This record gives sequence, structure tokens and C-alpha cells, in this order.
Amino acid sequence: MSTAANDTSRARGKAPAGERIADWADGRLGIYSLAKANMRKIFPDHWSFMLGEVCMYSFIIIILTGVYLTLFFHPSMNEVVYHGSYVPLQGQTMSEAFNSTLHISFDVRGGLLVRQIHHWAALIFLAGMFVHMMRVFFTGAFRKPREINWLFGFLLFVLGMFTGFTGYSLPDDLLSGTGVRFTEGAILSMPIVGTYISYFLFGGQFPGHDFVARFYSIHILLLPGIMLGLMVAHLILVFYHKHTQFAGPGKTNNNVVGMPLLPVYMAKAGGFFFLVFGVIAAIAAVAQINPIWAMGPYRPDQVSTGAQPDWYMGFAEGLIRFMPGWEINFWGHTLVLGVFIPLVIFGVVLGAMAVYPFIESWITGDKSEHHILDRPRNAPTRTGLGVAWVTMYMITLVGGGNDLWATHFHLSINAVTWFVRIFFFVGPVIAFIATKRICLGLQRRDRDKVLHGRETGIIKRLPHGEFIEVHEPLSQEQLHTLTTHTQYAPAEIGPAVDENGVERKVTASEKLRAKLSNAYYGEDNQIPKPTSEEYKEITSGHGHH
Amino acid sequence: MSSQDIPEENLPAEQDHAHGAVAVADEVHPFADPGLPPHEHRIQDIDERAARRSERMVALLFTVSMLATVGFIVSYVTIPHDKNIFVFPIGRISALNFALGLTLGVALFCIGAGAVHWARTLMSDVEVADDRHAIAATPEVRAKVHADFREGAKESALGRRKLIRNTMFGALALVPLSGVMLLRDLGPLPGTSLRHTLWAKGKRLVNMNTNQPLRPEDIAVGSLTFAKPDGLEETDEEFQNEMAKAALMIVRLQPDNIKDKRELDWSHEGVVAFSKICTHVGCPISLYEQQTHHVLCPCHQSTFDLSDGARVIFGPAGHALPQLRIGVDSEGYLQALGDFEEPVGPAFWERG
Repeated sequence: MSTAANDTSRARGKAPAGERIADWADGRLGIYSLAKANMRKIFPDHWSFMLGEVCMYSFIIIILTGVYLTLFFHPSMNEVVYHGSYVPLQGQTMSEAFNSTLHISFDVRGGLLVRQIHHWAALIFLAGMFVHMMRVFFTGAFRKPREINWLFGFLLFVLGMFTGFTGYSLPDDLLSGTGVRFTEGAILSMPIVGTYISYFLFGGQFPGHDFVARFYSIHILLLPGIMLGLMVAHLILVFYHKHTQFAGPGKTNNNVVGMPLLPVYMAKAGGFFFLVFGVIAAIAAVAQINPIWAMGPYRPDQVSTGAQPDWYMGFAEGLIRFMPGWEINFWGHTLVLGVFIPLVIFGVVLGAMAVYPFIESWITGDKSEHHILDRPRNAPTRTGLGVAWVTMYMITLVGGGNDLWATHFHLSINAVTWFVRIFFFVGPVIAFIATKRICLGLQRRDRDKVLHGRETGIIKRLPHGEFIEVHEPLSQEQLHTLTTHTQYAPAEIGPAVDENGVERKVTASEKLRAKLSNAYYGEDNQIPKPTSEEYKEITSGHGHH
Repeated sequence: MSSQDIPEENLPAEQDHAHGAVAVADEVHPFADPGLPPHEHRIQDIDERAARRSERMVALLFTVSMLATVGFIVSYVTIPHDKNIFVFPIGRISALNFALGLTLGVALFCIGAGAVHWARTLMSDVEVADDRHAIAATPEVRAKVHADFREGAKESALGRRKLIRNTMFGALALVPLSGVMLLRDLGPLPGTSLRHTLWAKGKRLVNMNTNQPLRPEDIAVGSLTFAKPDGLEETDEEFQNEMAKAALMIVRLQPDNIKDKRELDWSHEGVVAFSKICTHVGCPISLYEQQTHHVLCPCHQSTFDLSDGARVIFGPAGHALPQLRIGVDSEGYLQALGDFEEPVGPAFWERG
């Protein structure tokens, strides 16, 4: 016992410093078992797997720059007179929040840079999450076992929107104040509780003296605190589930093919943080964002034209702009449908994204784990629905900027608004049909390629005068990659009678499921992938065409 | 570089014998998985000089980063914070912001570029496969956990002693109510405060820009004038809250052009005063089309016809702008003849 102990201590004495520190930490934290599982963890490579990293890094950049900004920002609505170095506003009455933001922008060296990095990183964070979610959606990466991680991601996106909103409202400038007023109007439209919620949020009448301080604690503590927890959970699950991969030779549902975390992804992903930060810093150097000094302090009786929220709120802005102004008055009450319906649609459209994985797994009835990604074409209905959703989102964004479309393209504001009103409904339908057809076309093309080979573009004239195009058979790798995806058979309603011949009750949900399943996997909704028999029949027969 | 210079044993053909034997698809399985493709060597794997070039490139990028950080510090110290420079094609921008941002950007970017280049050219790029294991536990583990839980639950006697269970759930359900109660003082109850503004009988209309009381003759046809109630000053504690409701816009129309009977009654010699706060979600309306007498809210484009009781003619607003009844006092100044008869601004549940 004691000899063994001596041996180890002697061995330790000779070990390099790094090893000794690691041993010390392992004795207290058990880091070796953690490192055993993760240090050489394999990650697959694909450019689209980088999108999530953009989000993570921009979030870190936001936290770093945000902490710096809190050192100088005064979250107070006390009115002060400006005496800073920006001449046009000297002598103006403004809130301390606005005053300190001017101070950061003009009198703190590098303050403007940090403010701009913070704001640009926020826009990129939200855009990154949007695109990352699209990647996960269109490749089916949300399927079991990753549904919960999809929800974490969804929450990060939604909370990110509100963190962004509370953040850009803090300087108390004319533009953001207008956005806060819009929020007040939207809250007021809620039946029964709206007025009370508004008074509790603003500490009384709008704008009151409290909202900057309240938004501040929501913006710097409450929401980012939750988001940090969610992001860590999101990452832990990515590690735990191991990353998904696209189909390919040697890649199965039971393995993960790629390169190890140490050293390749340490360097690539670690380096990527610096790339993202560097690019955002350069953007902040050359591209001005949110010049609050040009807008001036908030006044509820003043406004500028072309007022736009940050891009991720453009969706809410669009909904509120193109909705007709319906109002119902009854029994001394007002139901403000013109504002409340957009508020509900806002929640429903986002919520649809959250619940989609559960709907799809209910339709397929598939309880197995999926680690191989779908190519979007191989899930035509899902891809169609996704594109329809994006189309609706984009059309609503157009609605959110209807005034800018009108002024920049010399269109009538009424025409733009009516276009959005109609295409909010029609656009997604067209997008769905077109996307699905494109997907089916691509499936047919894959099928053709497998069965008949690749069109080489070489035209050959046969001895008897016939012209043919030479088709080159696909490699084994390609054949495997194009045929490895699973195709579901549409669910059927079971027999109308049970095993005893007694009439069975077919539930409505069963009927609905069969109908939806048919829409996903029915005869015209996916092209059967080539079977070995078809392939053999063609290849063993009269050669290639 | 020619291939003769590369040592024989480094050439790909010599190396790949050992690498994953490719499975051949048989008659039964023409689409069989051929297994991982053989590793393809990069130039750096076989030619040490190429590898050294990569090394120098990585080192150069890291060095540029160091220089850029020095540049950042120099810029911070030497460039005055109020100096503007002209940069094509951006225009006049803050020199300090430009210099700090670019040096920081280069310093960070070069670290990233160096690390990625290092990973891509010099670190092993052999793809390896790692096994996955089912996320769900094995049946034995599952059975063990269920048994443990049942045992623990049984030992707690929670299922058997219903009184404990029910009172505990009751206590846990009630205790958050304290937290909810504490939120009560976030703000006062609305009461009727949304129904009243500072306007009252005899309050003069004061020009927002000049801070002088308005006379009817100050208001020309085609102009748009903003007004506030007499006595409300920018320095007042409640200025913002009161302006959020009391802001007024005044235009002069030809009395014959006024289509709405009540509007005409509440006007003075064609001068009409409407709430400036949009009835949609509360933006201040500020775009006036003098030929058509339409006003447009720049936020969401609700359009109101000021010659017809400010009714909504386009956009998302749900009802007309409230009108303020005005007249002139004995000294000839425009004055309100009372408060608005309906709440101004966005509609709400109690508005009715």
C-alpha cells in the first residue's frame, strides 16, 4: 500500500507541470472521466454545422461587450440637460439613459465601437439562430432524440428576440421609444388584462419613469441568465447526442464520422470564434448602427418617418401593419382585434415552429433514433411546409417595411399593403406547392441517376446510326448515398372490425393521422427510391442508356 | 514543385495500401455501404516544404495579429476621440472608431485565420468513426431505476398517507402567491386615467415650437401646427406622460370642405384640433397632405381624413382620431372648450 503510494508520488514528482496540475484537478473534480469521453470526441464536418457556432460566438461577444457597456450606462429616466461633446444636442433635455448613451458614443474612447459591436452581434446572433434553425429543420435534425434540444433552441430564439428588443429600447431615443409605444398599444389590446399589464409594466401611464430601469434588469440579467443556461444545456445535449451527419460511405446511424475535438475542432471552432469576433469588429468599424444622436431623445409627441425595428422584430411590425383595423365595441368594452389578432398570430406562428417535431413524429409513428440527416428533397412535405413558413415570414417582413418598399420602389403604400394582405395567405400555398414539386423532381432525378447513371454529355453514334448519350454508372459511394434514406409507408386506418368481428371505433385522431401520413408519404407525395431488383434488372439487361 | 522531389514513401500510392479496404457490393446488395473512402493526402502530408510554408503562413497570421493589437493601443492613445475623417465610400466617420475597430478586427481575425489554417493544413485530417450508443437506458438499468423509485416512494409513504400528500401539494401551490402579491405595486391601477388629458375648458392651445398661445389667424390653410395645453412645460415632472395623451394637431380647412357635421360644430372658423396620438398603437401622427386633408401615421400608415371627422380611410387603425372642441377666449386666443370626449390613443378593453 505505502510502496504503491510512494511510487505514484515519485512518478508525479517527475511529471511535467501540466500533467501535475491535471492530476491535482482530477483528484478534486474528476476531470479525467470527462476528458475521456470528450477530448477526442468525433465531430462530423459540413459547412452548415458552423451556423450554430456563429450563434454561440456572437452570444459570447454580446455578453462581453454588454458587460463593458453596463460600466458606463445609467438606466435612469431622470431628466437631465446635455452638456457632452456632441454639439447639436447641447442644452437639450433628455433622460439620463439617453445622456449616458451619448457619453458612451462620443466621450468614452472605444465606447462607440463596443456599442456597435454589441448591436451588430445581436443582429447576427438572431440571424444566425434563424438560419441555424432552418438548417436543423430542413435536414430533419430535430427528430428523436433531439426534440428537446430543438425546443431549447426555439426558446433561445424567442428569448433572443425579446432580449434584443429590451436592449435597443434602453437608450430611450426617439426610434426605440416609438417601438416601446407600439408595445404599449399591443399590450393595451389584450382583452380584460391589457390595461392592467400595461400599467404594471410601465409603473403607471406611458411612458412613466420606470421602464428603462425595468427593461435594463430584464435585458442584462433575467433574459440573458435564462439564455445562458439554455445555451449550456443546448451544448451539453449536442455533446451527449453526438452530432448528426449526412449520409455517405461509411456513415451509419450507429456511428459518427469526422475529426476529433482535440486538436482539429479545438483549432477550427476556437479559431472560428476569433473569425466571427474579428468580422463583427470590422463591421462595427465601418458600418454605423443605431445612431441615436441623429434621432434625438424620446418624446411621445414626436416621431420620424421610416421608423423600423431591428430586423427580427420586423415580423411583428409587419403583422401589425397589414392587419385591417377591426374593433368590436360591446357592453362598454372594446375588443381591439386589429391589434390583438396580430399579437396572437405572432405567438401561433412561432409556436408552430416549436411543436412541429412532435407533430411529425406523431404522423410517422417512428420511435427510433435518427442521426443521419435527411436531404430536404427526401422529405418533400416537410420541406414544403418549411419553405411555406419562411415565405410567410418574409412576406410579413415586407409588410413591416411597407413604407420603405413604397418610397424606394416608387410604389403606392396601399398597393404594397394589399399585396402583403393577400400574399400572407396565398404566398405560403404557392411556396408549398412549388417546393414540393421541386423536391419530387429532384427525387426523380436521383432515382434516374441511380438506375441509369450520370449523363456525361458525351454523344455517341452507334454503327447503325443511332445517337445515344453515354451514361456513366455511379460509383459505389454515390449509389449508397443516394439510396440509403428510409422511406415511410403511409399509415392506414386499421380494419374496421376487431379480431372478434366486432365493429371497432375509429377515432378522429386516427383518421387525421392517416390523412396526414398520406399527405407526407402517400403515392404522389414521395418518389419510391430505386430497389436492388430494379437496379439489377436494368444493369444486367441490355447495358446502359 | 515537381513530384520527383517528394520522397517515394510519402507518395499517396505507397501509403494507401494500409488504408480501409473498400467493400465491393455483391449481387444481392448493389447499394451496399462501401465503407469510409480512403484518406486523400494533402500536399502538406507528403511534402515537408509545403508543410513548412503552411507553418510560416500560420506564424505570419499570428504575427499580424500581434501587430494589429499594438496598432489598437497606439490608436487609442494617439487619435483624439472627436476627430472625423473621410473614408471612401463610407463618408465622414469617427477616426478613432474606425482605427480601433479595424485593428481589433484584424487582430482577432488573424488569430482565427491562423488557427483554422493550421487545423486544415497541418493537423491530421484522417476521418475516423466513433460508435454511437442508444440514448435510452438498457432494460436492466431501466428496471433497476424503476424499482429504486418505487422503493423510495414506498419508504416516503407519500402514496399511503394521503393527508400529507394533499396538504403538501396545497402548501406548494399556495406559496408562489406571495410572489405574485409582491408584484401588485409595480404600478397603480388604471382607474380612469386613460380617459382624461390635461385639456379642460378654457385651456389655451400653445404652439409646440414657439411656446406661444395660438390665435386662429396664426393658422394658415394647408399648414399643420402642433400644440400642447397651456401651462405644461418641458421641465415638468409629468411632461412626457401628459404629452403622450394631450399632443394636438391643428389644421385650418375651408368650412365648406368639412363634411362631418360635428367636426364643423367643434371647429372655429375652419380651424380644427385633433389628437395627434394615433388610435392604432399610439404613434404621433405627423404627415399631412394639404390637398386631400389626409394625415398619415408614419409608423404603420394609418390614414385619416381630417375633413371628415378624422375617420380612418386606410391602414390598421380601428377608429377615428378624437377631436378637441375649440373656440376663442376673450383675448382672441384659441382655447379648448373641454377635454376630449373619448379616450385618446390606442384602444383598450375598458374603452367601450
